[in-house]
Amino acid sequence: MESVEKQQHVSSAKESRLSEKKKDMLSGYLYVAPFFIIFGIIGLYPAVFSIVLAFQEWNGLGEMDFVGLRNFTVVLQDPLFWKSLYNTVIIGLMGTAPQLIVGLILAYFLNMAAVRFTNFFRVTIFMPYITSMVAVALVFGVFFSSNETALANYVIGWFGIDPVSWKTSEWGAKFAISLMVFWRWVGYNTIIYLAGLQSIPKHLYEAATIDGANKVQQFMHITIPLLKPFILLTVFMATVGALQLFAEPTVFLGSSAFTRDEAMTVVMYLYRDAFSLGSFGTASATAILLLIIIVGAAALNTWLTSGAGRRKKGA
Amino acid sequence: MSEHVKKRFKRGNIPVYIALGFASALSIFPFYWMFVMATQPSAAYNSIPPTLLPGGMLIENFQKVLNTIPFFQAMWNTILLCSVVTIIVLLISSLSGFAFAKFSFPGKNFLFICILLTMVIPPQLGLIPQYYLISQLGWLDTLFGAGVLFLLNPLGIFLMRQYISESVPDELIEAAKLDGCSNFRIYRSIVLPIIKPAFATLGIIVFTLVWGEFLWQFTVLRDPSSYTLQVALASLNNSFNVDFGMLLSGVFWATVPLVVIFLIFNKWFISSITEGSIK
Repeated sequence: MESVEKQQHVSSAKESRLSEKKKDMLSGYLYVAPFFIIFGIIGLYPAVFSIVLAFQEWNGLGEMDFVGLRNFTVVLQDPLFWKSLYNTVIIGLMGTAPQLIVGLILAYFLNMAAVRFTNFFRVTIFMPYITSMVAVALVFGVFFSSNETALANYVIGWFGIDPVSWKTSEWGAKFAISLMVFWRWVGYNTIIYLAGLQSIPKHLYEAATIDGANKVQQFMHITIPLLKPFILLTVFMATVGALQLFAEPTVFLGSSAFTRDEAMTVVMYLYRDAFSLGSFGTASATAILLLIIIVGAAALNTWLTSGAGRRKKGA
Repeated sequence: MSEHVKKRFKRGNIPVYIALGFASALSIFPFYWMFVMATQPSAAYNSIPPTLLPGGMLIENFQKVLNTIPFFQAMWNTILLCSVVTIIVLLISSLSGFAFAKFSFPGKNFLFICILLTMVIPPQLGLIPQYYLISQLGWLDTLFGAGVLFLLNPLGIFLMRQYISESVPDELIEAAKLDGCSNFRIYRSIVLPIIKPAFATLGIIVFTLVWGEFLWQFTVLRDPSSYTLQVALASLNNSFNVDFGMLLSGVFWATVPLVVIFLIFNKWFISSITEGSIK
């Protein structure tokens, strides 16, 4: 496809002697073309197709049947959809909120002028991020196995808690999955916050110290406001990522992933509709509902975060 | 790090060291434990107190992995997939980035905004039509099918445009033009050598992204001979009576290469995160 375009350009180039400017223009279009060609085929076309599909009944093989809004009403009346949305939100909150707070604290410690060995701490704390989601889910799957002798049960035994059947209990499964999300992403957020902290000019703190502000006041009135762009970025990414959760619960639960509902997420619900039940129409409707939820939640969370920063600044 | 003042150990910071040490230990423990379990029989898992020292079944457990999944085939598939996708993405991104940074053509800003907007589309929106498209092309169970989705990388174009406009001087390009260099020649002989560090950053981002992605590979690759590492590892957990020693042996050997690469190039990995997200 590219070479055809190139030929066209070359032949048109011969017709009229091109000025330097025109040549640049053609190169420009030619160089940005691959992205748009690929985007058209595997990005835009599927997105449009998805929207069309949401209003059809289709099993992927036969004729499509236009059914209006029925796919949406089917999904919205399905208790399992609401359960999966509930699971996604709960796991999202438990997995991401602590991650951002702990990340911020660790970054603050790593940025303290008097602390040594920061490179060692930075590398080890970041290391979980390089493991794949599948590997994390499998390791945590053994750690939180449903056996009474699971290592996780041994650990909670220290605190006098009875063994939990992690993979088949409502809160056990959610806790284990939240914890693996937390473990994998804390270091990532720490690194981003650390870069943010290092971008804050030191003289601001010196001036505040001279004015008599203590460490907590400095943190609330200098660090947090100046870190806001970084916090917004991580909140945005964590929100979007949490609502798309798929690999961790699917791999963690293994063979029972699509038959139990304790940890089924919205993307798993969508996947099950399409690839286990062959209902492409309702799966597409779910995809569109999820898109709306993601846009709404991302907007809400970024708005809340920036609002919180503003209030603190004003106080 | 750039400060020349030697940091001194202060007693008041002991709680900070304890917190950081605790965080480091918790970050590393699963890696260590994965190794321990990969050297133990499955029964070791049931012992109380838990086994925390390595045993002698390192080879046997891995042998069981090899009997269960095509491990080396999957490893090869993953490396091939990641490498080819990374090279193509680097080419596409640097060419587009070059065009957006140094050429002027009508609609340039509009096209660039379009690219940024494509970042917002969540990948699952198109999952079903993408699957259908790939199946119609006959690319199910092939690395073509698994890789094609990753060729779309708006972030890459964004990073490259940024880097090229900052680090390739306009005068150099003008001079090359006066010498009669074609635009592609300028790209190859002037731009490419300058943007090598950006290639490292973007290369790490793309390579690790494709290495760890699961949903799409799991959807498209159903035949064991086409499995990538992630899909193969996930399939280890699909029976009701899993041999934990074998399972974690598979995870361990699939994780070791990445950990080694990370420990050698950790500075680049970490800067790829900050550059990739903050620019």
